[in-house]
Amino acid sequence: MSSTPMPRHLISIDDLDRSGIERVLDRAESFAEVSGREIKKVPALRGRTIVNLFYEASTRTSSSFELAAKRLSADVVSIRSAGSSVDKGESLKDTVQTLSAYDPAAIVIRSPHAGAAQLVAGWTDASVVNAGDGKHEHPTQALLDVFTLRRRFGSLDRLNIWIVGDVSHSRVARSNILAFTRMGADVTVCGPPTLLPRHIEALGCRATPTLERIEEADVIYVLRMQHERMHQSFVPTLREYAARYQINHKRLRPDQLVMHPGPVNRGVELSAATIDSEQALIGEQVKAGVAVRMAVLYELLVGSPVLAAVA
Amino acid sequence: MSTQRLFRAGRPGADVLIRGGHLIDPRAGIDEPHDILIRNGRIAELSPPTQPEALPAESIDVIDAAGKHVFPGFVDPHVHLRTPGQEYKEDLDTGTAAAAAGGFCAVVAMPNTTPTVDTAAVLGSLIEGAQREAHIPVGFLASITRGLQGDELTEMAELRDVGAIGFTDDGKPVVSAGLLRKALQYQRLCGGIIALHEEDPALSADGVMHEGAVSARLGLAGIPSVSESTMIARDGALALYEDARVHFQHLSAVESVRALAAAKEAGARVSGEASPHHLTLTDDKVRTLDSRFKMNPPLRTEADRQALVEGLRSGVIDCVATDHAPHAVHEKEVPFEQAPMGTTGLETAFAALYTELVLPGELELAILVERMTAGAALYDLPTPRLSVGEEANLCLIDLEASWEVGEDGYVSRSVNSAFHGATLSGRVLLTLAAGAVAYRRPMLVPDAARSGAGAGAAGSEHR
Repeated sequence: MSSTPMPRHLISIDDLDRSGIERVLDRAESFAEVSGREIKKVPALRGRTIVNLFYEASTRTSSSFELAAKRLSADVVSIRSAGSSVDKGESLKDTVQTLSAYDPAAIVIRSPHAGAAQLVAGWTDASVVNAGDGKHEHPTQALLDVFTLRRRFGSLDRLNIWIVGDVSHSRVARSNILAFTRMGADVTVCGPPTLLPRHIEALGCRATPTLERIEEADVIYVLRMQHERMHQSFVPTLREYAARYQINHKRLRPDQLVMHPGPVNRGVELSAATIDSEQALIGEQVKAGVAVRMAVLYELLVGSPVLAAVA
Repeated sequence: MSTQRLFRAGRPGADVLIRGGHLIDPRAGIDEPHDILIRNGRIAELSPPTQPEALPAESIDVIDAAGKHVFPGFVDPHVHLRTPGQEYKEDLDTGTAAAAAGGFCAVVAMPNTTPTVDTAAVLGSLIEGAQREAHIPVGFLASITRGLQGDELTEMAELRDVGAIGFTDDGKPVVSAGLLRKALQYQRLCGGIIALHEEDPALSADGVMHEGAVSARLGLAGIPSVSESTMIARDGALALYEDARVHFQHLSAVESVRALAAAKEAGARVSGEASPHHLTLTDDKVRTLDSRFKMNPPLRTEADRQALVEGLRSGVIDCVATDHAPHAVHEKEVPFEQAPMGTTGLETAFAALYTELVLPGELELAILVERMTAGAALYDLPTPRLSVGEEANLCLIDLEASWEVGEDGYVSRSVNSAFHGATLSGRVLLTLAAGAVAYRRPMLVPDAARSGAGAGAAGSEHR
């Protein structure tokens, strides 16, 4: 286990170097073991408070953060924008300062706006975990994806990963390009030219508008294609998108693996048969979510390299 | 000019001797140390520096300017004073005081207020406000279209009669080429510059920063350079066709500089401005997602910045304009995408450009001084000049003094400066505008030993 100090917040994958990522993943392995027990709880964060502040709809991320905090024995407060004072026009700053009065150890925030988590970090003494900010980053998703791949392949070094779909509007794509390349993988992004940001190569990946060379890939990471993109003419129709970019068994080699951050549009970016096939790691990704988020909270809040605290 | 177009509160003409400062005024052909004697607000004498012992006979405020520089007062053709309707951001008092603190002797306010300056009544009340509150002369542009809606022209001729310098829909482009063409035609009747914020809303879409490597990294929607340059190309062609006088506001991109140069080359009567922030900063600043760096047009790349500097140096870009855009703290303390566009600029304009362009050798000091005063002539306003007989419009600046932006707070009501925390060289010590002392740096108290009996009150004009 690395001795690199953990940052106080996890806002971006850029907050972690390779050894920092490995440290979180190693910790997650031990928590994954806890998740296999009958009593899935450790006392690591007993008496400490974690606030989940979700300004955007979320199933996987919010439930797995909540479960992660509970399995660490923390007291958890989960706030969604609907029905809260956010609905009544309270500013993010006022909300955060109000919640900070409860002296939380960590605030987990999901926001539709880039930079929200970073702002929150400036307004509170708590550690801040970015659970997705606009189209900017989703670092815990990237960590659980790296965790899933590391379990499968042992290492990401020289792994050829293609990220396919709407890269422009995807925070998952950005965090994953950074995390995959940091762990030694070669990353190619592929999608309609209207949905590949100009200069995306500056993140350290290749970019291509066609699936022609998809057979190169060891892993195909498929992004969600949102229906509203059609109305903005990013793609003419979902039918044409599916015809050009859908990952299905006509395009897949049997030894290629498929990932997706969820929720999936069956029959659009992925064929139904592929989702349910042995090649899809989607279920493993979801399962990894709890252990990896436990590890993130633990490393940020306890951070000691002593593994004994887990037991 | 029969109609008055600059307005300020009445102030006594200054009597002051500025001794030993290095005068630079390219238009007057001066670049050497001189004493300037100002009597009742006018430059009465320019003479080789006298010895400190040589006291003037009568009671007069004497300022020792040895080692300091004296420039013609700067003129800013593009500021937002937020009055009427958004006085919590800025008003005529605080905005013109901030301008004076930056060495400006005249500013031109934009009409995108609440309500819009689109009728003679609103303009008239603004002019009355300026006559009560303005520390330096301020002029006003009225909007081209009613309520900045881009649908119908304002009563341009009446607005000109009341005192509008010209017209702009600044903050928004005039999207309809047909409507803009009619405004350009109407200019033949009423005169007045037509100043354009150039942007194609279909290309800018929901963009919040420059489209490039940084926006790709941050996942922020980008505003492509061509959003601006294609509109400059369109409206340069219209200006040529109608032989209209058009000014392009706040250029930000290399393509825009080329489009302006092409329009000038073709013979169009067009001019352009660039802001201190576009001339010194790039989109790399946005990596921090700090909303102080959110402005429209956005900060672009180093290549764009260099093209703007070269344009300013060569004269393709005619003048510097701050686009001083104050916003309240609570408005800017939100995620980047939600924050309003704009940075303040009046108090830092000269120091930022001197520090970032003149000191590294990118631009000559004399050219900077010319470009910071050139806005006057472009808008048919009198150009400040360091010559005997002229009304005193000048600033005294200590080029050696380095300061941290914001260390003493701001004169502006707002603090959203893109230069906040930067260490800049060049501190304004004194500003005379329309013959009166408009700003005096608090530490620049008259030397009692050399001053006449109590003439010229010591201390600051503003806070």
